[in-house]
Amino acid sequence: MTENKVHDMVIIGGGPAGLTAGLYAARSRIDVLLLEQMGFGGQLLTYERVDNYPGFPEGVGAFGLAELISAQALRFGLQTRNAEVLGLDLGGKIKKIILSNGEINARTIVIASGASPNRLGARGEIELTGRGVSYCAVCDAPFFRNQEVAVVGGGDTAVEEALYLTKFAAKVHVVHRRERLRATPVIQEKAFQNEKISFILCNVVEEIKGGPEGVRGLLLRDRRSSEEAELPVTGVFVFVGIKPNSGFVPSEIQCDSQGFILTDQEMATSVPGVFAAGDIRCKQLRQIVTSVGDGATAAFNATHYLEEHFSE
Amino acid sequence: MAGNITEVTDSSFEQVVIKSDLPVLVDFWAPWCGPCRAIAPVVEELSNEYGKKLKIAKCNVDDNPKTPGKYGIRAIPTLIIFKGGEVSEQITGAVAKSQITAAIDKVLG
Repeated sequence: MTENKVHDMVIIGGGPAGLTAGLYAARSRIDVLLLEQMGFGGQLLTYERVDNYPGFPEGVGAFGLAELISAQALRFGLQTRNAEVLGLDLGGKIKKIILSNGEINARTIVIASGASPNRLGARGEIELTGRGVSYCAVCDAPFFRNQEVAVVGGGDTAVEEALYLTKFAAKVHVVHRRERLRATPVIQEKAFQNEKISFILCNVVEEIKGGPEGVRGLLLRDRRSSEEAELPVTGVFVFVGIKPNSGFVPSEIQCDSQGFILTDQEMATSVPGVFAAGDIRCKQLRQIVTSVGDGATAAFNATHYLEEHFSE
Repeated sequence: MAGNITEVTDSSFEQVVIKSDLPVLVDFWAPWCGPCRAIAPVVEELSNEYGKKLKIAKCNVDDNPKTPGKYGIRAIPTLIIFKGGEVSEQITGAVAKSQITAAIDKVLG
């Protein structure tokens, strides 16, 4: 798999940010290759519908949107390869991308490897993952028909997924450590109106209880009184933020304390010729709409970098 | 579905998986599961790479609820590698290919 060829641009990640970078790069007629270790779409594939992406007044199915974004990039000739990136060698003017089965050379790199759900860190969580502990409501909700489940978290994802779960579960308890939810008001309003959802605020999950048969319940601790109580549920859906997919990112690329990549407003990282886009970046608002903007900006500036540093 | 991947149902599971001479990797999936779609190309690659050493099967949990129920599956995608009819390795969620090949290589020895 090791090539002698040098690509103008290699994009790491095939979610909305990477695919949009690919669209812009392909339209610039530079030699661009996108690497993705799974199917296209990134975290989009864990959602059911998207209601906040402009151009779709009635909302759009998440899979459908992923397919549309990739089809658009591929139409302009974006090359892609299924590959797992293990590291980057950024020492020379030509950068190397180290794969599980070879190496690829690039003049510029756009890192768009995204993020993954955080674990809660409660006792029992790892042992019971796949046996009632889940990080994807769309994937696993049908296993909990007419059962009582909990959602842990208070942001947009937690509350939206709680709403989705009400299509299947008999009852959905939203457990949040703060006094108030952080979700967007329009999402909160929908949840407050839903009779199947109850809110357990100011509570943290100490332990997820269960055995080989699966989850039996949660041990909750009230942060106001420090009292502990058990909540009998058969499923626990965890939505407590995300962590960057940055295991392959070398230390010369500056990151924040959590490992999200620091960039300037042109998506340039601390290493010249290396750009970052989407959820892997240190930023406030992680959405499809901000990811695609990042991807376009990164590709545009990487193309400029090529002209400045590599034109004859 | 690729030529090397067998579709397995509740009624064929015994014959195709439990009684198989070769170890069998079963991909439990459903059409509404995005991460299942995400790992589908990886599973397809594995079926080409491991050829005659490992059988690869897919089980649609929507159409075949009994088998996932029997193995306590409450999340998909779940990949289980069966050897001699017994569960040998189990992976939950869409994971990197290297993690799957590590599990396969452990079973194949």
